[in-house]
Amino acid sequence: MKYSLGPILYYWPNQKIEEFYHLAKASSADIVYLGETVCSKRRNMKAQDWIDMAKQLSQAGKQVVISTMALLEAPSEIRNLKKLIDNGDFCIEANDFSAVEEAYKAKLPFVCGPAINIYNAYALKVLLDQGMQRWVMPVELSRDWLQKLSHECTEMGIRERFEIEVFAYGHLPLAYSARCFTAQSEGKSKDNCETCCINYPTGRVVNSQEGQPLFVLNGIQTLSGECYDLINDQQSMKGLVDIVRISPLGEESIEHLEAFRLRSNTGDHFPTPDSVNGYWHQIAGIRQQD
Amino acid sequence: MELLCPAGSLPAVKAAVDHGADAIYIGFKDATNARHFAGLNFDGKKLDKAVDYLKKHQRQLHIAINTFAHPEQHQLWYSAIDRAVEIGADVVILADIALLEYAKNTYPDLTVHLSVQASATNASAIEFYHRNFNVKRVVLPRVLSIHQVKQLSRACPNMELEVFAFGSLCVMAEGRCYLSSYLTGESPNTVGACSPASFVRWQETEQGLESRLNDILIDRYGPNETAGYPTLCKGRFEVDGERYHALEEPTSLNTLELLPELFAANISAVKIEGRQRSPAYVAQVTQVWREAIDSYQAQPEQYAAKQQWMSQLAKLSEGSQTTLGAYQKAWQ
Repeated sequence: MKYSLGPILYYWPNQKIEEFYHLAKASSADIVYLGETVCSKRRNMKAQDWIDMAKQLSQAGKQVVISTMALLEAPSEIRNLKKLIDNGDFCIEANDFSAVEEAYKAKLPFVCGPAINIYNAYALKVLLDQGMQRWVMPVELSRDWLQKLSHECTEMGIRERFEIEVFAYGHLPLAYSARCFTAQSEGKSKDNCETCCINYPTGRVVNSQEGQPLFVLNGIQTLSGECYDLINDQQSMKGLVDIVRISPLGEESIEHLEAFRLRSNTGDHFPTPDSVNGYWHQIAGIRQQD
Repeated sequence: MELLCPAGSLPAVKAAVDHGADAIYIGFKDATNARHFAGLNFDGKKLDKAVDYLKKHQRQLHIAINTFAHPEQHQLWYSAIDRAVEIGADVVILADIALLEYAKNTYPDLTVHLSVQASATNASAIEFYHRNFNVKRVVLPRVLSIHQVKQLSRACPNMELEVFAFGSLCVMAEGRCYLSSYLTGESPNTVGACSPASFVRWQETEQGLESRLNDILIDRYGPNETAGYPTLCKGRFEVDGERYHALEEPTSLNTLELLPELFAANISAVKIEGRQRSPAYVAQVTQVWREAIDSYQAQPEQYAAKQQWMSQLAKLSEGSQTTLGAYQKAWQ
């Protein structure tokens, strides 16, 4: 099993980003994804800054993938996407079909990210023909779904042509909107948001009127209120999953990656209070099943 | 500009046709379409009758097959496309690239529209679907401003664009929202329903009427408040102790005022949302929009959204409120 650090979903100051990747270099992560995937107004790190960061990580021996935005609405966003695709060295994670299209035109191999809707082997076959090398399963799918899909791929003779990655830790990206919910929560419009999401390094929690955490506001993105954690489900990934993704919540997520790795071969139960794993078990994502 | 209206039942098909729809969109009675609710949609004799009524009145039939095929069950989705072709549908509306590939290979002459569930919001994504599947029209998600719609129209001169004109407002980019499956385990993409009715529960309590989805509290209403369906993006929640509609208020989209701009953007069709609505609703909305489009086409310079239309539509809206949603810049 290989372990990856997913792209940082939140808006962190540059210094925090640099510190995080400094630690990532020294970690046992096999693959590091980086780049802005949520909002094009988060511009502290420019395209070239991400590419430079990617080079540093690559020199430290990490396989690096540059992640791209999930919701692209403006021509300027497509231009920025093309800059990332023209990076010269690294494969990209496509989180929208625009990135698939541009990567195909540039003949650049790509990872199909979790924000692209792929639910069956025939859809994967289409993407393989466009240059896909790895598939990150949509977060709402289960082990059972993956098993059937993987079996279908084997029958079609395409299973050996790509890797399968599963989002296994972090708040789940659940939705993208035209509205910025963080700005709205501060009484601001999206145009005048002052990138206030930088004040919430792990987003803003939305509770039900009974105090149950439901969602996390992260700009135009809505995340799950509870943290998804499949650390105790790794045995059931054997033979099915190639790469386990840890979505960074902070520097401590790198330690959690090490904890994942330590428990990959043991059945030891790792305490995971306040986390959920429902989707993997084919029940509501918000639920936990032992 | 085509007026495309929804129908979840045979009476709704007739209501839409009789009140001026140019085209109707429907779904089959299974998980292949994104409005898979009990008592809705078409099969058997009702499907035949709907087709006959549309042919007799020379209106177009679009069939939405816009959920994503499950592994080892793709035949159900492929058969839906076969059936659409057999009954003589004019258009199929698809989202899954597996289905788009099947339709292209099996029925190269079939007219295919890209469903809003495919979430194509920019020129490069549209190019992907055009290059690979020869899609004729793209239904745009309700996340673009009118400026962005115009930009897209200029950037994709060979692609027909369809926009939502009126109805429930999906605040998230369609096809990319898992809020419902996170709470219930059932997904719009796979099962075809958002906030499925079987998970909804209403409860009178001392604190007021409560709406719950899979036992999770979505909203609580005071004695004089109108209660809405517990769609979870429209519930009242708490952020740092403040209680409000953290994602979206229960309002409906109404773009009557934008009609001249939609014409200017060369939009091919305006779509009315609401396959789950009653025939009376479909009749009223269709009638207002027919009048509006005809009025614009007769005298474009004189066009204005009539107060009477606006109040008629407001009565049919969630919370009696309408909004221009993402189309207007202020919302952004």
